[in-house]
Amino acid sequence: MAALIEIDRLDKVYGRGGAAEVHALRGVSLSVGRGDFVAIMGPSGSGKTTLMNLIGCLDTPSAGSYRLDGVDVATLDVTERAHLRRDKIGFVFQSFQLLSRLSALENVAMPLVYGTVPKAERRPRALAALADVGLANRADHRPTELSGGQQQRVAIARALINKPAILLADEPTGALDSKTGEEVLALFARLRAEGLTVILITHDANVAAHADRQHVMRDGELVETTAR
Amino acid sequence: MTFRDTAGLALQALRGNVLRSVLTALGVIIGIAAVIVMVAIGQGTQSRLDTMISSLGSNRLEVQSGAGRSGGARLGAGSKPTLTQDDADAMRRELSDVQYVAASVRMGAQVVAGDANWATSVQGVDEDFFPINNWQLESGEWFQPRDYGAAAKVVLIGQTVKKNLFGDEDAVGKTIRVERVPLRVSGVLAGRGQGGFGQDNDDVMFVPLQTAKRRLPAGSAISGEYVQQISVGVTRPEAMGTVQGAIADLLRQRHHIAPNGQDDFNVRNLAEIIATRTETTRLMSLLLGAVATISLIVGGIGIMNIMLVSVTERIREIGLRMAVGAGPREIRLQFLAEALAISLGGGVLGILLGIAGSWVAGAASALPVHLSPGIIVLATLFSLATGLFFGYYPAKKAAQLDPIEALRSE
Repeated sequence: MAALIEIDRLDKVYGRGGAAEVHALRGVSLSVGRGDFVAIMGPSGSGKTTLMNLIGCLDTPSAGSYRLDGVDVATLDVTERAHLRRDKIGFVFQSFQLLSRLSALENVAMPLVYGTVPKAERRPRALAALADVGLANRADHRPTELSGGQQQRVAIARALINKPAILLADEPTGALDSKTGEEVLALFARLRAEGLTVILITHDANVAAHADRQHVMRDGELVETTAR
Repeated sequence: MTFRDTAGLALQALRGNVLRSVLTALGVIIGIAAVIVMVAIGQGTQSRLDTMISSLGSNRLEVQSGAGRSGGARLGAGSKPTLTQDDADAMRRELSDVQYVAASVRMGAQVVAGDANWATSVQGVDEDFFPINNWQLESGEWFQPRDYGAAAKVVLIGQTVKKNLFGDEDAVGKTIRVERVPLRVSGVLAGRGQGGFGQDNDDVMFVPLQTAKRRLPAGSAISGEYVQQISVGVTRPEAMGTVQGAIADLLRQRHHIAPNGQDDFNVRNLAEIIATRTETTRLMSLLLGAVATISLIVGGIGIMNIMLVSVTERIREIGLRMAVGAGPREIRLQFLAEALAISLGGGVLGILLGIAGSWVAGAASALPVHLSPGIIVLATLFSLATGLFFGYYPAKKAAQLDPIEALRSE
């Protein structure tokens, strides 16, 4: 069976031909199987964010191919990529990206309007997702009424609401203290144990150590892979 | 994404800043309310004019004595009587396409019946006067042909006079004294209501022309055979112009006016005057409509402005929604729905305000007001169009954002 993520000699160039041409990715190849927990590490400017955007189908490569669950992402238009993100990928951001005017429950349920889940099923589903991250009793709280760790767990519940294959987390512990960061990473480990594929982007080796495999990037290239 | 989902997202966003949403809608609210009030007044005035035209009879010409002279000073129209009963007879005899000719005089009078009295105007008229002016009889009977020749002491009274002199009693056969001259009430005329210029059309009394001239002191003041006005009913509307010219020629000849001399009479075409007024009203509504349209455009620009601000403010939300699976179409729909909700909400509030405003305008002034369902439908469509037109660009801008840039922006 093919891997969930098949990346083959991916290039990404910004501002091609101009004076400010940036070669963000150079021939990156990577394969991630179902249920893997991998970390992509590297200092800022190494291209790890560019790689994450490509894996997340937010961007398209300049050269090379990327197959997600057998689908060649380069052949998709902007709407098809949006639907692919909805169905396959859950994003977790460093800054949580919760909408402050909505309650925790509404934040978790937010992606459902773009899918096909009937209205009547949305609330129970969002409540179940909140309960899954241990925040059932905070459903009606606004993000400002929650701690950082709680906010990130709301964001994780939101990422999981459409039952994605992949959880793509960009510095998920960057805005948290080390104890709550550990809790979030423990949650990832548990989700992975339940069959989710987790990709962690971080510059922090201690965080990356929670993954089974660490890929290190430097100057747009994947330079090193270590497995635990 | 279903329609309900889209509407839900829009309302959710607008609820987040109620004051701003209402202020943004204010331009549309005022614009729509203005349109409703203006059109209600315009249509009311129009329909009153229409009623007036039909009540006056559109095939009517009025001949009046011209401006008299006192030394070098020209006096007003009708100040010096120049028309005579013979002029009227000549018109009836010599002109074609003329159906009715009615000479008349008018005077103010204090009238008494029993212990009630009333100040009104008394007109001495020819038999043709009533059909020309579309008068109908409510009770009693018209003057008999011999009444005109014999200067009989009979009178026809309007509703206002009847009410003031006799209240609810039957007036036919009763006696009214006009400056000590007793007149028998021959009939009561049907009510005609308020005239197009605000006057009371029912505050009138009519006596045969000869009665006014020979029996009433005020009428005797108009010397000899002179009359103040001759009304001419024309058989068909197309003949108005030729009859008008023929009357002028006839009178110039009869009054011995030199070809380059000043007419001592004037012929007015009432239908023309009313048509001019109608045109004026139409221009007024057009002008007010233009003003209302401008205010709607201003309101729409307000919406566009706030929506652009909103897109900038919520750029991270847009990026997030794109990341979790919203396509460009869904983002565009969401922001378009917000603009539409503002403009449609503003439209509905504006319609309510406009209805209230029309009602107040009608109650507080003599302006006739007519609210038609058509204008309310039109106002709703107009506000929808405003939202769609001015909301499209910001929505398109939001949909074209790059999710990576949007998520990264502060």
